[in-house]
Amino acid sequence: MSGDDRPVGPVDLELDCRTMLCPQPVIELARHVGDVAVGGVIAVLATDPAARYDVPAWCRMREQEYAGADELGDGVTRYRVRRLA
Amino acid sequence: MSTPAPDHPVPLDSASGEPLHPAAREVLDAALSRGWADPRRLHRSGRDARLLLDNARAVLAEALDCRSDEVVLCSSGTDAVHRGLLGLARSRRRHGTAIVCSAVEHSAVRHAARWLGEERAVGVDRHGRVNVDAFLAAGQAPGVAVAALQHANHEVGTVQPVEALEPLRAAGVPVLVDACASAGRLPLPADGWSALAASAHKWGGPAGVGVLVVRRSARWEQPFPGDDRADHRETGFENVPAALAAAAALRAVLDERETEAARQRRLVDRVRAAAAALPDTEVVGDPDDRLPHLVTFSCLYVNGEAIVTELDRRGFGVASGSACTASTLEPSHVLAAMGALTHGNVRLSVGRDTTEADVEAFCAVLPEVVASLRADL
Repeated sequence: MSGDDRPVGPVDLELDCRTMLCPQPVIELARHVGDVAVGGVIAVLATDPAARYDVPAWCRMREQEYAGADELGDGVTRYRVRRLA
Repeated sequence: MSTPAPDHPVPLDSASGEPLHPAAREVLDAALSRGWADPRRLHRSGRDARLLLDNARAVLAEALDCRSDEVVLCSSGTDAVHRGLLGLARSRRRHGTAIVCSAVEHSAVRHAARWLGEERAVGVDRHGRVNVDAFLAAGQAPGVAVAALQHANHEVGTVQPVEALEPLRAAGVPVLVDACASAGRLPLPADGWSALAASAHKWGGPAGVGVLVVRRSARWEQPFPGDDRADHRETGFENVPAALAAAAALRAVLDERETEAARQRRLVDRVRAAAAALPDTEVVGDPDDRLPHLVTFSCLYVNGEAIVTELDRRGFGVASGSACTASTLEPSHVLAAMGALTHGNVRLSVGRDTTEADVEAFCAVLPEVVASLRADL
């Protein structure tokens, strides 16, 4: 499920969900995943601790590919998702 | 409770607490009049209290299939876990202070482990069941004082392979089993453990009574300042009436366990089906090998606090493991360890007073509640 060991490809769209609490970052992700082409990568910047579990869980439930996380400092994490469908 | 009207509260959170069992209430009333004295005193009132205390211990021992002198009365399930874990660990202090446990243990185990030394958590599968091989390996690593594993998970209901831990005990590593969620609801594991903790209010006994069973073969040393009570492992003045009421409740619950567990399992199956039929919703935990009375599910795009509040407004009291319902912003470590969705989470648990009509009423409003909360977003 996790694509952490793959090379980090370009991010096609980045959503700024810092300071948003759960489930808002995942709602934004679901709203905008269609904005990237199939095979493209959408990223979510989040500070909410639940995003660490809920972004991968969303990918599993919605049959998208979780492509790993990057720690950006100051409690901000960037979660990457590859659109599969 | 038998005919839930929309404005009639329906508690669906027995895993947090159940009303006192009628058998316990009766015994408690009588024992409050007769069992108030210090059971260590030699006068008549003291002897009365001692008789009731010994009786409570004997009934608990019979119900838990152990010896009376293996029963330690504690002030809560958490106290039983702490006293059990730390007492076993104290007799192993030459070996180290690490505690091996599953990643989905109750916070009582995790807090005790961190307080003592080091918590070494072993991962679980998607259903929340611990990896036995990894657990056995971690348990036999250097520095380990005690291994701790719950009998069944308090949030998702999955039963753990406790009896598979016998090799650890055979290798000299004591095993503590946290049976707080399962005692009175499932047959307890016969083997594989050195000490077992349970909590009376979860089986319909009064709050403030925990039970720790320490096997005679296990080495246990007092981890706290000691006391001079009826049992050397206990500290503080015994709550004799509550202990007797807890014992009466457990005996009554066990008398009806098979029928009641089957009934509760049917009610929970009904909720599982209703939740699974919702779009973008996952039912969490083992579908079969589980506690009979509880079910957990998570709904995508739903705020956990909002769903608890909206269900409560409609008369249904449920719990949640979502971060927004906790005092911290951290979601349930159980759901996180399982890789389950942590937001929009509902834990529903039925009790002996829950009727089929209660559950049908819940299943009838659930789709509408979830849809309305998603529409609000």
